[in-house]
Amino acid sequence: MTALLDGARAAAEERSGPGTGSGLARMLAVKIGSAAVTLFVVLVVNFWMFRVLPADPARNLARQTALTAAQQAAINRTFGLGRPILQQFGNYLAQTLHGNLGRSFVDQLPVTEKIGQALWPTVLLVGTSTVLSTIIGVWIGIRGGWSRGSKFDRTSTAFVNVLYSMPDFWLGMVLLITLAGKVALFPDGGMHSFAGAQPGFAGLRDLLWHLTLPCLVLTLVYLAEYSLVMRSSLIDELKADYLTTARAKGLRDDMVRRKHAVPNALLPSITLIMLNLGFVISGAITTETVFSWPGLGRLSYEALNAPDYPTLEGTFLLFSAAVIFANLIGDLLLTVFDPRVRQA
Amino acid sequence: MTQTVTTDAPPASPRTPRQLAWVRRHAALSRFWREYRKDRRGMAGLIILAVMIAVALTAPLLANSRGLNPIYATAAPNAGPSLSYPLGTDSDGRSVLTLLIWGSRNSLIVGFSATFISILIGALFGVVAGHFGSIRARAGRVTDNVLMRFADWFLVIPFLPLAMVLARTIGPSLGVIIVVIGLTSWAGTARIVRAQALAVETRPYLERARALGAGHWHQMYKHVLPNVMPLLLANTILTVAGTILAESTLSFLGVGDPIRPTWGQMLGSAYNYGVGTGNVVWLLAPGIAIILVVMAFTLVGHALEAVLDPKLRERR
Repeated sequence: MTALLDGARAAAEERSGPGTGSGLARMLAVKIGSAAVTLFVVLVVNFWMFRVLPADPARNLARQTALTAAQQAAINRTFGLGRPILQQFGNYLAQTLHGNLGRSFVDQLPVTEKIGQALWPTVLLVGTSTVLSTIIGVWIGIRGGWSRGSKFDRTSTAFVNVLYSMPDFWLGMVLLITLAGKVALFPDGGMHSFAGAQPGFAGLRDLLWHLTLPCLVLTLVYLAEYSLVMRSSLIDELKADYLTTARAKGLRDDMVRRKHAVPNALLPSITLIMLNLGFVISGAITTETVFSWPGLGRLSYEALNAPDYPTLEGTFLLFSAAVIFANLIGDLLLTVFDPRVRQA
Repeated sequence: MTQTVTTDAPPASPRTPRQLAWVRRHAALSRFWREYRKDRRGMAGLIILAVMIAVALTAPLLANSRGLNPIYATAAPNAGPSLSYPLGTDSDGRSVLTLLIWGSRNSLIVGFSATFISILIGALFGVVAGHFGSIRARAGRVTDNVLMRFADWFLVIPFLPLAMVLARTIGPSLGVIIVVIGLTSWAGTARIVRAQALAVETRPYLERARALGAGHWHQMYKHVLPNVMPLLLANTILTVAGTILAESTLSFLGVGDPIRPTWGQMLGSAYNYGVGTGNVVWLLAPGIAIILVVMAFTLVGHALEAVLDPKLRERR
């Protein structure tokens, strides 16, 4: 996904450059409007992938592949597969907008309910690791970029490059066999030691104990990206005239960095982090699988292998919406943080 | 990057234009290589890559492909390294070393082919959008906008779930994985190429070409494309790193071709049939191979970028 993130960076840089729009309200409307259009496209893609692309959607939508004619007819009726494609799409849109994502093939539970149960563990895992990786990654990037070529910079760049090339699930498995295998420092997966959460402090400690390894994996893998971006955008600012001015008026080096260089260099990182946030949620698929973390990623892995198409469809929709939403928030945040974008 | 005729070219008797061009290119290439050689990290990456590609190409000489078939596997399953099986065996009793060697072939094939698709679409979108975007006429702006909106959609659609779903609904095979990765990873390239194409469009030689009556196709193919080429090359190398990682993730999740092993697939079966028990090398070796090859591509890509763009050299 390097190219993708490079592209995101390019898009971010382009966006932070002076534009030719007019008025804040107009810009907000355009941003929200384009997010809505993108969401609509995602719905079209979702519909197309599950109902149109497979040669025989009924077979795809059923749990087993061998169907009797009656079963086939029943499925065709439930999903309205016999009707014209536009009418099917209209029906699908109406159902989705009413929050009806269908029922799981595996346990007949509504997909929305399954997603609701898996949402909190994912938010907890992704939220914690995003906060940690942002803070640590940006810190490493600032420290390395400010004293470029120093021992810290060289060591951290090498370390970060290795992390960046590492498949997250592999890191997870290696941590599992070293720290949760024979040396049972950490649990080998799941979210709680016993079925259901324990109440009170013991339960919280148990939860944190289970959270440590998956959170460590996601933090390490995402920290790499953030520190690389922060480092290079800080280095781009190093020769800027306003830093010379700041030094000339006698500011300490520390102040020059904190008050002048970092705020300017932070802008590409903000966009990247926000854009990434949406991807982290879907990127948690492998990590959650390795650690049996009962979140959305694990849910979609199980749905993929069942196969349980309604659930897979639902999680895909949610992942896409998350990226679009995160991207929109990132755009809006950028407008708040960067006066150049606001005035443009 | 414009390549100007320099004094490097030996002064010689009258030549044909073709020979002149050849001499000029040769000089540019050797200048490029001299610059590249100075980059130690880039050279390290290049050496790792050369070894990996050599292994992938000579796989049939290094390991018998019969070793991939579980039917011929006679060794104890999931056993640690021994003299006859230097990296131990997997759950079917196949040699991990054999799998690793043949896996390099499939992983690299997927990486290169997916990158080819991705770069082809990305370059097409980028050049066309950049070229028409620089035209004053309204139609040009509209073309540019439509193309880039389209690219933006691909930029925000989450790759992994999309690829999982597509690979599942179409069916598992290396071909599907290649197409899926290629189709979902071109948007970044399109953005980068467009930015460069817009810069190229302002150069006088394009004005000259237009004044002489060059059509859109001629302008794009003969002037814009050659000038975004170096950037495209660096981007291609970086994209390979991404596609190999993407392949390993998809194969790990079990949407790959079960008959043709890749490194990601080895990790997937190590996870499903024996993580932590028996042969630990079965898990470690493919992971290290992935890290090495992805890092090598990243290092080479960044070194290329730095040679081509002196501004970036300062970031190193």
